[in-house]
Amino acid sequence: MLLNLQDVFKSYPGTETAVLGGVSLELQSGEMLALTGESGSGKSTLLHLIGGLDTANSGRVAIEGKDLTPLNDAGRATLRRGTVGVIFQQFNLIPSLTVAGNIAFQARLAGRHDQAHDRDLANRLGLDEHLHKYPEQLSGGQQQRVAIARTLAPRPKLVLADEPTGNLDEASADAVMSLLRDLVEETGAGLILVTHSERLAARLPRRLHLRSGRLT
Amino acid sequence: MSWTVLAALASYWRRNPLQLVTLLVGLALATALWSGVQAINAEARSSYDAAAATLGEGSYAQITARDGGAIAQQEYIAMRRAGWAVSPVIEGRIDGVRIVGLEPLTAPGGLGPVNLGAGTDLGAFLTGPGQIFARAATLDRLPVLGAQRVIAPDVAPNTVLTDIGIAQRLLGRAGQIDRLIVLPDQPITRRPLSDIAPDLAQATPQGGGDVARLTDSFHLNLTAFGLLSFAVGLFIVHGAIGLAFEQRRPMIRSMRALGVPLGRLIALMAVELAILALIAGAIGIALGYVIAAVLLPDVAATLRGLYGADLSGQLTLRPAWWLSGLAIALGGTAVAASGVFWSLARMSLLSGAQPRALAMAQRGGAQAALAMALLTLSAVMAIWGEGLLAGFAMLGALLIGGALALPPLLALVLKLAEAPARTRQQVPGLSLALMALLLAMAANVGVSTMVSSFRLTFVGFLDQRLASELYVSAEDAAQAATIVAVASDRADAILPILSVDRTVAGLPAEIYSARDHATYRDNWQFLRAMPDAWNRLARGKGVLINEQMFRRAKLDLGDAIALAPDVRLPVLGVYGDYGNSIGQVIVTEALFRSLYPDVTALRFGLRTTPDEAPALRAALRTEAGLSEAAMIDQAAIKALSLSVFERTFTVTTALNVLTLAVAGFAILMSLLTLAAIRLPQLAPVWALGLTRRRLALLDLLRALVLAALTAVLALPLGLALAWALLAVVNVEAFGWRLPMYLFPLDYIRLTALALLAAALAALWPAWRLSRIPPARLLGVFSNER
Repeated sequence: MLLNLQDVFKSYPGTETAVLGGVSLELQSGEMLALTGESGSGKSTLLHLIGGLDTANSGRVAIEGKDLTPLNDAGRATLRRGTVGVIFQQFNLIPSLTVAGNIAFQARLAGRHDQAHDRDLANRLGLDEHLHKYPEQLSGGQQQRVAIARTLAPRPKLVLADEPTGNLDEASADAVMSLLRDLVEETGAGLILVTHSERLAARLPRRLHLRSGRLT
Repeated sequence: MSWTVLAALASYWRRNPLQLVTLLVGLALATALWSGVQAINAEARSSYDAAAATLGEGSYAQITARDGGAIAQQEYIAMRRAGWAVSPVIEGRIDGVRIVGLEPLTAPGGLGPVNLGAGTDLGAFLTGPGQIFARAATLDRLPVLGAQRVIAPDVAPNTVLTDIGIAQRLLGRAGQIDRLIVLPDQPITRRPLSDIAPDLAQATPQGGGDVARLTDSFHLNLTAFGLLSFAVGLFIVHGAIGLAFEQRRPMIRSMRALGVPLGRLIALMAVELAILALIAGAIGIALGYVIAAVLLPDVAATLRGLYGADLSGQLTLRPAWWLSGLAIALGGTAVAASGVFWSLARMSLLSGAQPRALAMAQRGGAQAALAMALLTLSAVMAIWGEGLLAGFAMLGALLIGGALALPPLLALVLKLAEAPARTRQQVPGLSLALMALLLAMAANVGVSTMVSSFRLTFVGFLDQRLASELYVSAEDAAQAATIVAVASDRADAILPILSVDRTVAGLPAEIYSARDHATYRDNWQFLRAMPDAWNRLARGKGVLINEQMFRRAKLDLGDAIALAPDVRLPVLGVYGDYGNSIGQVIVTEALFRSLYPDVTALRFGLRTTPDEAPALRAALRTEAGLSEAAMIDQAAIKALSLSVFERTFTVTTALNVLTLAVAGFAILMSLLTLAAIRLPQLAPVWALGLTRRRLALLDLLRALVLAALTAVLALPLGLALAWALLAVVNVEAFGWRLPMYLFPLDYIRLTALALLAAALAALWPAWRLSRIPPARLLGVFSNER
């Protein structure tokens, strides 16, 4: 099993209600899951816990059988470098690196840099002509595609996408979604897509809805 | 992973070269000023050490004549026969070069080249025309002396070493010895010194040359200035690092999110900063070398004029010096970056963009509290602190406290004045540069007030002290008698100048004889005195002492001073004696002659009317055979004294100007970097209809308003600094307290200069803003999400 969440609770200091109130979830390798929910329902928080960006108050988050809960900062960073790839809503590109540098960055961190693979990703995401540009010289859609390429370059086992098309128009969002799905499918990785859009969620084989911190 | 992260960190500097230049130049300037001062100090100390080693001042006890005169060769021979292991030394000057004669067979090992290592020809050293050892530059200054010249780089600057017999011949002092070096191992059976030569006295080793001790305060002053400049430079470095960190927050958050552990990231950022610090440090050391080379001649002239210390005119690249320069660059960067690393270590991975305004407000409160604590500490040390180090610690607390208090004060003033919000928002971004300006201006106000107060006092003091119209020097006692004979018919008064150097109240001092004459009574002003002090002095009922002796020996009026085993006299009065580095005791002429009968007056002050001075001068030339060089009129001595005074502060003034320039640079760089991060603030205002030109003008005006407010706040801080220098540091360092005068015109000029510097610094960013492409302003909106 790729991912196993058991009774995960998460609350923040100063708030009375829990953001996540006992979430349990399983995901197999190659499985694709759309996670929908209202704003504030805890979608992003759940993604952060799975990605090792944050820690649960209780419960168990395991990737490939390894529990993340006892890991320290360095241990969780190792997980993010090699096993889990996160596509952020705000792209989180490095402004002073070129498109090529950004795509290669995470693969280099993971020690799995493959220039031919980077070129292939850039080509399929339509970034060929922009490799020497800096993020500030790209449109929002182009920046999102760079973020996708960067996440997929080290061939992660689990891809977490947080509203990856949130800044795009419908046509562009559809195009990016198709590409993301195809690329993830080819690598055999698992995918969890957080989105507001019922239309995009419908394009993935499995759907879950988060309401008030609980999966329905 | 490390290389990937380091490359990404480096990419930031490639995209922001201006910030990189700010950081490197700031640190390089800070290191340059510090290491320049250190190079001068190291050169001076090495010269003193060489002199002490050459002359045996630091390590061996010395025997000298009690009356300060020469020791006869016969006395030396008698001491050797009585079992004393002593070695004779003679000293004198030829064309300003110090000639030191030693006896190589009895001198202790390690004194200059006379330890006769390999390559020294003892025969040639002792016999025939003999050999003289000196640095090449010193040998070049000597006339032809008939001795073989040997280049010896280890000999002290401006000093020649040779055999005592040859030195006696060259100096024309056959059979005379100035002092005897006492070797450490003495036979127990030797007879007491008082039995063999009662007119000789032994002094214990001084643990370092006289000159080194005398000049300590001068070097401490230079070091303090170096530190101040370094602190101003560090404000730039702190600003540049802080800005880079703020702008790199998203990058840091991204890197952590992509799997770079926090510990590794902090370590790599430290490595990055260390590399930058080493580069800037190396540039700074090179610049410091240039600064030191430019200032060294003035420092050498000052030390020679004030203390008679000889300094090598050439700088040497010492490993300890450049290594300490690199160390201070690294240390300074670490201090400047410590806050950033603290903030980085506490930065949450998910809330990377913490609201800056709140963080700054919290920091502002802590800063104001720290400023208050430092200012209080400074006041406490001013009242209860003792010693020069406490004085400098007080100055440090005052300056840093004042600088830290600036941003909260500016914010308060702007709030009270109901200034536009945008001006208030600019304070945090500019605060470090404004603090640097405040420090530089306060240092300028403080130091210039101190120097100008000193100058006024000194000029007044010279007018009082140099009352005689003509000062003459005789070559020997016979010529002195002729001078007295010639002048007695033409001068209103002849005032013999008699003095000897002795230890009084445990301190090195000069005992000076004053003839009972109106010249002294009318012109010398007491700082404190008993009633009828002059008359009591004339009756031999006491002595007068200078302020240095009064303070250092902690004497008071009425306290007794021992001048000889059976002569103890009370202090009748204390007079100001600016420019003198040691204590002075004035006794009556009669007492002086009874205490030191062998000392003959060879210098005289002659009183006459200014109109008759030329005739007196002519008579002395024709009738007493005095050369023009032996007669100096009052104006010439005043000019000479003032020139020594001016030179003393040349280095201070130069460092002052450099510090102000560094502060100007800080403002320029802060405004340039602020211009980049303020675009999101300016773009909406531009979009609402304000032209770029008008925005630029408003920015220029804002920078000027902030600089003007800083200048106004710098004035009280500068005056407090001046007070501390005059009333605390000077008293500790030089032994005198000076009255403080105010120079409003100087302050107005300095404020105008600071405003000009701020305006020039603000001009370029404003010009850039007025010509910024609209696309860049529009970019602000397109990047908004």
